[in-house]
Amino acid sequence: MARKISIKDAINEALDQEMARDPSVIVMGEDIVGGAGSPGERDAWGGVLGVTKGLYAKYPDRLLDTPLSESAYVGAAIGAACSGMRPVAELMFIDFMGVCFDQIFNQAAKFKYMFGGKAETPVVIRTMVGAGFRAAAQHSQMLTPIFTHIPGLKVVCPSTPYDAKGLLIQSIRDNDPVIFCEHKALYGLEGDVPEAPYAIPLGEAAVVREGRSCSIVTYGMMVHRSMDAAAALAKEGVDCEVVDLRSLSPLDLDTVIESVEKTGRLVCVDEANPRCSIAADISAQVAQRAFPALRAQIEMVTAPHTPVPFSPVLEDLYIPGAKQIAEAVHRALSGARS
Amino acid sequence: MPAITPIVMPKWGLSMKEGIVNQWLVDEGAEIRVGQPIMEVETDKITGDVEAGDAGLLRRKIAAPGQTLPVKALLGVMAPPEVPDADIDRFVAGYVVPVESGENEEAAASAYQFVDVGGIRVRYARKGDAIPVVLLIHGFGGDLDNWLFNLDALSEQSTVVALDLPGHGQSDRTLPGLGLVELARFVTRFLDAVDIPSAHLVGHSLGGAIAAQMALDSPDCVQSLALIGSAGLGDEIDTGYTEGFVAAQSRRDLKPLVERLFARPDLVTRQLLDDILKYKRLDGVSELLSELGGTLFSQGKQLEQPGRRLGETGKRVLVVWGAEDRIIPAKHAAHAPPSATTRIIEGAGHMVQMEKAGEVNAALKRHIAG
Repeated sequence: MARKISIKDAINEALDQEMARDPSVIVMGEDIVGGAGSPGERDAWGGVLGVTKGLYAKYPDRLLDTPLSESAYVGAAIGAACSGMRPVAELMFIDFMGVCFDQIFNQAAKFKYMFGGKAETPVVIRTMVGAGFRAAAQHSQMLTPIFTHIPGLKVVCPSTPYDAKGLLIQSIRDNDPVIFCEHKALYGLEGDVPEAPYAIPLGEAAVVREGRSCSIVTYGMMVHRSMDAAAALAKEGVDCEVVDLRSLSPLDLDTVIESVEKTGRLVCVDEANPRCSIAADISAQVAQRAFPALRAQIEMVTAPHTPVPFSPVLEDLYIPGAKQIAEAVHRALSGARS
Repeated sequence: MPAITPIVMPKWGLSMKEGIVNQWLVDEGAEIRVGQPIMEVETDKITGDVEAGDAGLLRRKIAAPGQTLPVKALLGVMAPPEVPDADIDRFVAGYVVPVESGENEEAAASAYQFVDVGGIRVRYARKGDAIPVVLLIHGFGGDLDNWLFNLDALSEQSTVVALDLPGHGQSDRTLPGLGLVELARFVTRFLDAVDIPSAHLVGHSLGGAIAAQMALDSPDCVQSLALIGSAGLGDEIDTGYTEGFVAAQSRRDLKPLVERLFARPDLVTRQLLDDILKYKRLDGVSELLSELGGTLFSQGKQLEQPGRRLGETGKRVLVVWGAEDRIIPAKHAAHAPPSATTRIIEGAGHMVQMEKAGEVNAALKRHIAG
């Protein structure tokens, strides 16, 4: 039965149900167990924002607190994955992933290829992405494109509680390494989620709004900004289709192209910096595969090519908003070839 | 003073809040019969026809194609010819869309109920409080929302109960057994659990075969049978559909299959497909449907056909079929008992109760009234 829960609770429920179903699922991370039994705290902290709260009490021998050394425990999780476990490592902020690039890029992503398909690495690295949290340049980045670039990694970025639960369950069951990106500004967002476990296949985009005038292709928090833009544009009689990619690797390009073939116009919206972004990738692939369907230039809406500013005023300007998205749709419409 | 009759946006199912006007199917000045399709409306679930609840002369179209309007919004006005235009203007200007109060929303939420039947939790909806009682049984892979366009209409003159079969919809994903005998016994126990001694059974597809089996095994709880696009009356079935439905993992796989259920494939909305996928993706559903489908249907054949023995029961039988049913052929209607009433409806496929709801509802009401 479906009830409304937040993305944070949906992620917690996915972990809980997979740990109950499969004893090889373990959860590792910083401060997930810390605080257990201490005065004033009836439970472990459950990570920096409490996403894994309550799991330690249920699975005390399968939640591991780790030292503040991402390179050590991400490496340990990858090693455990190769030896029969299904670890879910929580790495607070994607910004810190840099210290364990070798483990991720050179080891986890490569094992299947370098051992002739004999090695599987069913590890999930859960991590927070995105700006809007007043956490400045080193805790706010949208680094999804970096991981999407690497063959051998899967990259997932949900925008709703329903998707967060189903995509995390699929990521845990998947036999390849998955970078599971959780937008910190969306944790509190509520939506209908069935109580029963379910898996959503990776590589399937969702058309979250149907329309005929222009396709907006996006993911993560930008899905909501794009829906706001589409609602505002609808009042002007502009009927946008919004495609939520949900997983960036594998990528459901077919759904994107199907949409562009219907609307003839494309606006790619990405919270990442513009160079080599998801927006740039989608733009290039659509230009190559569906050029005849395009009736106007492709528009991109991204963050600027700067670090995320600490100034709240500048940070709000940095994050692409509904107004910019609507303006891009107007540019695509006015730049139309008839 | 002669009455002015409003035509308003219907509420199909418990979750509908608004609908998009696709097109009018009648012109101003037309004489409208009860049950006549007068407008096509698209909801997030499906596109359907608004059918006239009253007869009259259509004096004014209010809703325009493309408009999104809330439930109970004024779509048009009927009035006899002697009513002056000024009266109609006043009526339209004074019309206020009734606001759904919080109480109604609570009522909608509680309209879905759950009951434990032998350890399996079953979801059901119950509407109306008149005698007799009608039980709606959906088909393979379906749920009680398959009766979206029927439940309200039938509840005008009876108490209507629709259940999610075990393993379907929001009932527990457990089957009480795989054969029709076990499923029929389960539905009989469900009736008992909700304190219904006997009911008119209305079954669609697999639900029709279950109803027929109930009439054979537990005749006391069956007042009459209405079998719609029913299984259990002949041996043919499109197992390409049943097997494909079970195997489909994506919207892309599922769409052509679900379109096969309708004479007009454009009725299938993305939301309808998404809802089916949400159900199919729940842990255990694929395995359960595969096992159930494999037991009942194989290589284009239905393995059990209780409907062919209904003559033995002496029950009144109504058979309804969409002429363009591509899942179970309408010619199976010929295998119903000779005393059965048969309605073959043109321009409808397997989901005839959705596609031609007005005609099906009218036939069901006549049948239930006896």
